[in-house]
Amino acid sequence: METMSPLERILRGIALTLVVIFFMFPIVWIFLMSFQTNETILRIPPSVIFTPTLDNYAALITGKLTTAAGTLDIAFMRNLGNSVFLSVASVALALVLGVPAAYAFARHKFRGSEDIAFTLLSFRFAPPLLVLLPLTQYFQWLGLSNTYFGLIWVYQLICLPLILWIVRGYFEDISADVEYAYRIAGHSWFSTFRKIALPLAGPGIAAAGLLAFIFAWNNFVFALVLASADKQPVTVGALAFVTASGIQYGQIAAAIVLSITPTLALALYAQRYLVEGLSLGAVKG
Amino acid sequence: MNDTALSIDNVDKFYGPVDYGVHAVKRLSMEVKKGEIIALLGSSGCGKTSTLRMIAGFEPVSRGTISLGSRQVQTLPPVRRNVAMAFEGYSLYPPLTVRENIGFALKASKLSQAVVDEKVASIAKLLEIEDILGRYPSSISGGQQQRASLGRALIRDAALHLLDEPMGQLEPQLRAVLRGRIKHYIKERGLTAILVTHDQTEANALADRIAVMEGGVLQQFDTPKKIKERPANLFTGTFVGEPPMNVFEASVSGSGTGIRFGLKDGVHLDYHTSDFSHPVREALLKRQKVVLGVRPYAVRRSADGVTGRVAVNQWLGDQTHIAADFAGGTMVLVEHDRTSLEIGQPIGIRLEPSSLHVFDSESGNAISHGEELA
Repeated sequence: METMSPLERILRGIALTLVVIFFMFPIVWIFLMSFQTNETILRIPPSVIFTPTLDNYAALITGKLTTAAGTLDIAFMRNLGNSVFLSVASVALALVLGVPAAYAFARHKFRGSEDIAFTLLSFRFAPPLLVLLPLTQYFQWLGLSNTYFGLIWVYQLICLPLILWIVRGYFEDISADVEYAYRIAGHSWFSTFRKIALPLAGPGIAAAGLLAFIFAWNNFVFALVLASADKQPVTVGALAFVTASGIQYGQIAAAIVLSITPTLALALYAQRYLVEGLSLGAVKG
Repeated sequence: MNDTALSIDNVDKFYGPVDYGVHAVKRLSMEVKKGEIIALLGSSGCGKTSTLRMIAGFEPVSRGTISLGSRQVQTLPPVRRNVAMAFEGYSLYPPLTVRENIGFALKASKLSQAVVDEKVASIAKLLEIEDILGRYPSSISGGQQQRASLGRALIRDAALHLLDEPMGQLEPQLRAVLRGRIKHYIKERGLTAILVTHDQTEANALADRIAVMEGGVLQQFDTPKKIKERPANLFTGTFVGEPPMNVFEASVSGSGTGIRFGLKDGVHLDYHTSDFSHPVREALLKRQKVVLGVRPYAVRRSADGVTGRVAVNQWLGDQTHIAADFAGGTMVLVEHDRTSLEIGQPIGIRLEPSSLHVFDSESGNAISHGEELA
């Protein structure tokens, strides 16, 4: 790295600080809010000095929300469970379907292969709202409304193109000759896929899977329209905190903290794989 | 007893739709005997690697048949063909050490670990990679990877060994040593090998027969000696040989006792009718236009020869390359001694009739080599 003058160093420091504050402030603020009551949150001027309380978390975990108008049942823990189940199942299904498809697209150029791959990618261009109305109709006819199966199916719109396109790139980076060398040494096409292609693309598949998981986890609009309360994930479940007697800011903040924790942990864990995945070039000899 | 290891019969290869795609290999037919080493020699894109990949089973055959021994294999997957291959891009398995990479090819053969280790050690010694057996492919040089890849192919006991540019990344000295050792190894075990190369020295040193390819067409398939002495056409003549053969277009005319080749700039070469056999004379005089070829080693300097002017005089340490302006073109001569010729100095050039290769000016096919018909 080239040396910097003191002035450059200072400017760089300021720029970095601004960026960090810009991105971290909402998260830190929400984290602080989650330990406050509605009164301390809404006082003017706002202050970072308060007596922390765990009431918000307690309410979420017990499922009893006490408001001025009485006690409300909330299904937050169930929503959290739904989020985990829907995201994991969607990504698992997308991997089972997407990885072999990515391999096929990477290794075999057949008539229309580019068109099919592009069509799958185009699902990511279309705004979800565009397809929601017809989808709602179809789901009602098919009896898929408010089922986990239906939601996981729709989540493939999010996960499948992502996994397909990322993993395809990783497969294309593996020299086909490595696989040929394995096949000519007396192995079938399928065992070559399992023993050579999959392990070599492993870090890429892991990275794509984690990315798809985060996208699935953060999805809001599909679940809002296509599922009712008992099947909804946390992103939609948080709406329950907008109650007749006002918005429960403290509980919302606590719910957000709880719901971003899994994705945050995964993202931190995934960093390793992303770096490993990107240094795959060593395969090329 | 059938001693044919491989026979390729009328094979076509199209990339894209058959008959409309890129026609990479055109009606290729050749037979390889057991225990032979064959070199597929040609420039980039001549179809040699496509041919090798069709034999291995990585590229579908568009038309025609490929047989290993007596069984047709063109529709079988690679796993069922029993061929070994060394890849130009090495293609070692990154998670395995060099030792595992080489020994890996023997896994399927169910040999005991001790036998595998012994075989790996002996091939590693042959290829001078004993000291890197414990290392991973990503931590060794290209030349070492190439030798490991070669070892992985040679260690197998396959019906046919395919070697795609097996020594392209090695230093010249090592290449010369390994050529000899590999040839000995293959011959000793009676293996059959097909080598793809664009390096004619390698082809000459290793191969029993060379298949020269160009534009997807097999130009000539013969021993290195025959290819050098009796090139089947103008392409083979100019492609094989270093420095390349000198070629000049010429008109042919005959008088009672002589044959005259008229070159550009009014230069003409006169020969006595007795310099050529009767059939050659007839064949030559039937044509008006021919192409004359002569190897640089065969060009002689002589006071009574045709005049040319020295344009380049290079001493290469063991031989002199002289390029002379001659008949509107360039004539290259190779001499074994250091010659002191000034640039621009006139020299007499003599082409012995026995060293002349005559080609048809339209088809490029050889008409005669020296006194004999092609």
